[in-house]
Order: sequence, then C-alpha cells, then structure tokens
Amino acid sequence: MTSQPLPTGTRDVLAEEMRELRAIESELLGLFAARGYAEVATPTIEYLDAFARGAGPEGTAAYRFLDESGSVLALRNDMTVPIARLVARRHAGEPGPFRLAYSGSVFRQVRPQRGQLREMRQIGVELIGDEAPAGTAELIEVLVAALDAVGLNRAVVGLGDADLFGQLLTELGVEGGPRERILDCLASHDLVAIEAEAGDIADLSDDERSLIVALSDLRGGPEVLERARALGGPAIERASANLADTLEAVEAAGIADRVQVDFGLLRDLGYYTGAILEVYDPAVGEAIGGGGRYDELLGRFGSPRPAAGFALFLERVHVAQAAEQALRERS
Amino acid sequence: MTAAGPQSRGNGGALALALPRGSLFAGSLDMLDRAGFDTAAPRGDSRSLIFELDGLTIVTVRPSDVPIYVESGAADLGVTGKDVLAEQADRDVYELVDLGFGRCRMALAARSGRDDLERAERRLGLMRIATKYPRTASGWFERMGRQAEVIEVKGSVELAPLVGLADGIVDLVDTGRTLAENGLEVVDEISVCTARLIANRVAHKLRAAEIDGMVDRLREAAAG
Repeated sequence: MTSQPLPTGTRDVLAEEMRELRAIESELLGLFAARGYAEVATPTIEYLDAFARGAGPEGTAAYRFLDESGSVLALRNDMTVPIARLVARRHAGEPGPFRLAYSGSVFRQVRPQRGQLREMRQIGVELIGDEAPAGTAELIEVLVAALDAVGLNRAVVGLGDADLFGQLLTELGVEGGPRERILDCLASHDLVAIEAEAGDIADLSDDERSLIVALSDLRGGPEVLERARALGGPAIERASANLADTLEAVEAAGIADRVQVDFGLLRDLGYYTGAILEVYDPAVGEAIGGGGRYDELLGRFGSPRPAAGFALFLERVHVAQAAEQALRERS
Repeated sequence: MTAAGPQSRGNGGALALALPRGSLFAGSLDMLDRAGFDTAAPRGDSRSLIFELDGLTIVTVRPSDVPIYVESGAADLGVTGKDVLAEQADRDVYELVDLGFGRCRMALAARSGRDDLERAERRLGLMRIATKYPRTASGWFERMGRQAEVIEVKGSVELAPLVGLADGIVDLVDTGRTLAENGLEVVDEISVCTARLIANRVAHKLRAAEIDGMVDRLREAAAG
C-alpha cells in the first residue's frame, strides 16, 4: 500500500466534521439573508493585478501561475477585494447600498510546524455604500447576531481605529523606517521594544514613548474613551470621537456589552481605514474573525464608495463552538 | 490558523501563568514572592507541573515551550527569556514587560587564544557555527554581512568547537564560566537578554482588567 500525503496546511474533512461545518455555514448564510445580505460568489482564480490593487492585510496573493496567454493569475487570499471589484465593475452606475454575503475558501502561505491552514474558509458580509458610523454599527449588530446564531454567546467584538497610530506618529513627526518599525511593534504588541527602542530609533521623548505604550494598552468599555482623551492630541481626539459615535449607535442596538473598545487593536492593515474589528471567544486563544471599514478600496477599482465588512473564520468558529460546548458539559 | 485549533481553558478561573523550569525559574518565584504569592509549593515540589496559588495558577514548562503555551491560550501569561522570544519571533504573543532579571548575553564564542573563526572565514569563506539558537545566529550573521553555516544542536554546545564539529558557537552566556572551563571565550556580543512577561492575545483583550492588575503587580515586584 502506498501512502499519498497531503501538502502541509491542507486536510480532508470527514463526514462528521463536514456536517457540523455545513450547519454553521447554513446558519450564518441564513441569518445574513434574513438581514438582507444576499449571497454572491466570485472566481477562486483572478488576475494577480486585482489582488495587488487591493492589497489586503495578507499582502499580495501567494499562489500565482500563468494562463495560456501568459497573464499572471492568482488564487484568492482574501474575499473582500474580489467583492469590492465585483461591486465596482457590475454595479457601477447603481445607487446602492449593497448588502452582500459570501462563503468561500482563501489560500495563504503557511509557516512550517505551526498548524496553519493553507486553505481556509471565510464566511462574511460586505456593506458597500453606507458610511460610518451607521454602516459600521449595522455590521457589528449583524456580527453579534451571527455569533449568537452559532452558539457563541460569550464572544466579544474588539473595535479599534485603523488610522490612529499612523496619524499619531505623523503628529509626533515620526516618518520612514522608524515609523514602520514602531507600527510593526504595535501590531505585534511588543511594548518592551517600544519602551526600549523608540528613543533611539525615532528620537521620541520619554513622555511620547509612554503615550504610545499607554494608548496601545487601552481597552475595555466606553470608559476608556475618556482615558484616551485625557492623553490628548488631535489623532487621539479624532479616533475617540469616531469610536464614540460607533459605540453610541451600537448601544442603541442594545449590544454594547458585546463590544470592547480597543485603542491597541492594530491588525496588519492593508486596505482598512477607520473602524476595525476583531472577534474573540473566551474558549479559543486566537481571533475567530475580523473586519473593518475600507472606505478607499472601491476607489482603487474606479468606483469610490464607503464600505465595511467582516469575515468569520469557519474552522475557528467550529473549534470555538466545540470548546464552548465542552465547557458547558463540564460545568 | 490551526486545523484542530488551540483552546484556552476559557473557564474564567484564576489567570494561568506559565513559568520556565530552567535558569529563570528561581528568579520568577522570587518575583512572585515579592508580589505577595506563597511559592512554597512550586519551590518544594519538583514533580508536579501545575500549582494553584492564591488567585494565580502556575503552569511549569520547559523554557522553550513557554511561548507556545501562551500563544495557544493554554496559559494567559508567561515568563520567558528574550533569547527564547527572539528565536521564536513568529509566535503571536504580546510582549508586555521587561522584567529585568535573568540578565545574560547572547554571544559568539570560539576557542581562546586562537583565530579559528577568522581563519575559517578567510580560507573557506564561511564559519561553521554550532548553536541552540539557529534563527538568532543566522539572522545576526546575515545582518553583519558574514557567511556562516549554522549547525543546530540540542545541548552541550561548548563541545562542538572542541571536537571539530564547528569553528565557533552562538550561545547564551551568563557568567562565562562554562565557556572558560571549556577553553572558549566570547568573540562578539549579539544581544542582551532578560526575562520578559508575555500575554496571550485573546486573554489580554477579554480579561483586560485582571491581566492589567496582574501585570502591574508583577512589574512592581520585578522592579523591587
């Protein structure tokens, strides 16, 4: 008998797991449809140029190949970019807003020995044509309903601001290499490096360093907005005001307890602008979903519109569901 | 993104702190003493792996395993050396505090009074370097613009130059006594490493107040 291995980061899904994954998928797509988000699909393969133009948080698509005429194609590494392209191309003259849902695989490079998935399934929605804060608040409300629908009643949505640290560093006059280095440290939350190095690499004063560290550690309920404002400066004031607006709209929906304001939330940003989201469940040690506003992405495809969306990572939602169930049975 | 998926305990009990059973263990327990915890149990018992202190669960693991326990959420917080963190730079954990203790140097060393490294570089174009820290070593040689063949070994690195496995070593140096006993000396310093307090990403968000309280307590204890 010969054994035929699979590439690392890929796997077969057997019957029992498939049944559970399918149940989550149909629960989510059903809920999205009930909220007016209609399912669409885009090709798994597109011209690399489309992904390069959108360059999302994952960077440019990793798996590339040539077609018959020599054009470079790529496996999609992100669902938002193709849907932005779809709306820009197919609905250019229409007023909107567009409420779209999807379920599809994305393909990413993996680091060895880390159990990462090369092919992972994302299920999510995009709300294209509605501005902040109302559009953002609607998304968060749909997101919380989606989490409840799959039994993750303890899951929390982290809400941050994508532009905050970029603007703050501009205010502090930090540009070029030092700026990239500090943003990297903030994205990985390496506060020690900022404390230790920021003075050397970016010529920041002790107070300015402490300000960056304190700000990136600010997370919690609405009370942290005041604590942030106390730190001062136009970038913080702007971000706080935007977060407060979104939070107010979320409170009106009665789900404020499921939202955590997080000034330190800094995903690998890519196309994100303004509000950014990350989804956590207490039973799982890593984020199970994410999203945010991408008000400038549609413009890159020639049809500027405000937009926002989120994706849940199906495999991780499934893990969270199983973990929550195990906890309930234990207690 | 994992297939099977790491799962934290997620039960809302006491925070779990992963401690390295190695050279940083004593310093970590001293810090906990100063923070007001009773560490008699972990000090006295070398067999158990989990200890329940008042309001804190201690999980004791192999030093190089601390980051994976924290990244996965099996522990909310962890104490680990910067040497381990630098070697596992792709671990997705939050590095919160430089605890200051366990100060060591990551260094390039070779046999004393000889020019093994220079000669290898001059005549062969590269040095053979034995180390338990292959990424740290490769990264440093790369930055310095020097060629090296990095050979990963799991223990007794000092042996490698003595028997001709390598021209030199990259290793963590505390007092330098082990080096001297083996006829080796530091040729170049790569970095200074101290103990760091790290946190799981999700715990840092979802248990923010508890984590912040514990971090402040440990930060003060480490400083004092």
